[in-house]
Amino acid sequence: MGYGNAGSVTPTAPSIHINGSCSIDGLPLFGPLEMTLNAGQWTCVLGRSGVGKSTLLRLTAGLECGGVFQGTIAASDHHPVNNRVSFMAQMDLLLPWLTVIENTVLGARLRGKQPDFLRAKNLLERVGLADHLKRKPRELSGGMRQRNALARTLMEDRPIVLLDEPFSALDASSRAEMQELAAEVLVGKTVLLVTHDPTEAVRLGHQIIVLGRTSVQKWPVPANPPVRDSFAPDTVTCQSDLLSVLRGLM
Amino acid sequence: MSRLGYTIGASALGLLLWQGVVWVTDVPNFILPPPSRVAAAAWDNRILLMEHASITLTEVLLGLLIGSCLGAFTAIQLALFPRLHRLFMPLLVFTQAVPVFALAPILTLWFGYGIASKIVMAVLIIYFPVTSAFYDGLTRIPPDVLDLARTMGASKRHIMQRIRIPYALPSLGTGLTLAAVYAPIGAVIGEWVGASKGLGYLMLLANGRAKTDLMFASLIVLAVMTATLHFGVTKAAVGLQQN
Repeated sequence: MGYGNAGSVTPTAPSIHINGSCSIDGLPLFGPLEMTLNAGQWTCVLGRSGVGKSTLLRLTAGLECGGVFQGTIAASDHHPVNNRVSFMAQMDLLLPWLTVIENTVLGARLRGKQPDFLRAKNLLERVGLADHLKRKPRELSGGMRQRNALARTLMEDRPIVLLDEPFSALDASSRAEMQELAAEVLVGKTVLLVTHDPTEAVRLGHQIIVLGRTSVQKWPVPANPPVRDSFAPDTVTCQSDLLSVLRGLM
Repeated sequence: MSRLGYTIGASALGLLLWQGVVWVTDVPNFILPPPSRVAAAAWDNRILLMEHASITLTEVLLGLLIGSCLGAFTAIQLALFPRLHRLFMPLLVFTQAVPVFALAPILTLWFGYGIASKIVMAVLIIYFPVTSAFYDGLTRIPPDVLDLARTMGASKRHIMQRIRIPYALPSLGTGLTLAAVYAPIGAVIGEWVGASKGLGYLMLLANGRAKTDLMFASLIVLAVMTATLHFGVTKAAVGLQQN
């Protein structure tokens, strides 16, 4: 198929081609639309509330979305998509009775496999939780819980990662830290990030897509690669233009 | 003041009121004996009371154990199989519409005058509250957590075992707390209808012979037993909630 092979491509991460439309109870939600998530890169999807950003993400994950999707969601390597995704949401979804390390290895436990605790420890060290392995979620700050959720996502080691506003509930400084950390640890994976925040999209996206009811607009990004400096002139211009579009001013 | 302090204070107040009513109304002893007489009757009949109380306690504990296990098992099956839930739940609600009192004679006919019919009675009375509380907990899991589990490739069985049951344990605790209060009711109803042992039987016997003081003594033993059981189960349920 040969969709978007730009950038450094990890052999395991395919590009994803989405083509189709979605309706809920016979009413069109979005589409027909066509977009490609480039292999090994971050695609940031922006759009006003209710245009179906989260639905798009759920469809890609193969989860029920309450709507009917007509079309295809296909990977460039022709293997199925939905058993190769891992998923991170705005809520950390940590299980309150498990410790940091137990939450990290949840996937293996749920598949009835023996968890690889050594690898989990290494990942937790990478996200800065090495000193908190035995703590429960209620003993952690919001930022630390999201780091735990990120470690759990990494533990799954899937080539495709779907992020549904994972940083939006954090305070400004934790958010900036988490964005950098996520960009660093998810390098080489095909990432779909749904966000409300133009700043976040411009900071992290290899490509930015503005989703409307009937339109898919590919938004030009600054030439330098992510993670971009939020205060660089071209970044700031791009952010403010995006905000204007989202507000319907342009 | 501690919780124990309040409990003692409340008991003292209750006894004082009781004694006060007896003094003021000068009601005959066979209608309402004063607390002092009841205490004396309890002490004189302590062996008898212990004997009958141990029978009732056995019935209650076995009923509680069997009923809770059956209820928990049913709740898990209903949560695993939504079709089963749609089929079974109306039936379960209908059985709740039949007063257990009305079933007591037939249960005695089927299971005899021994402790079996009382255990069945206790099981019947607690089965529904345990099932419905636990089922509620099992089905009220945040949907995002289940979605996460699905993207991880979890099987239904593992989701049940590792997510839904732990999530629902506090609800099970609520059901068990209720069950601890209901189970003695079931056992005593069973003893009223047909038995030769147990506190319910002793109460009927004492009442029939106008030994009202012994009747009250049995009643108090039963109440203390139920309260202790409730206290113990509540403690255990708090343990479940803090998992």
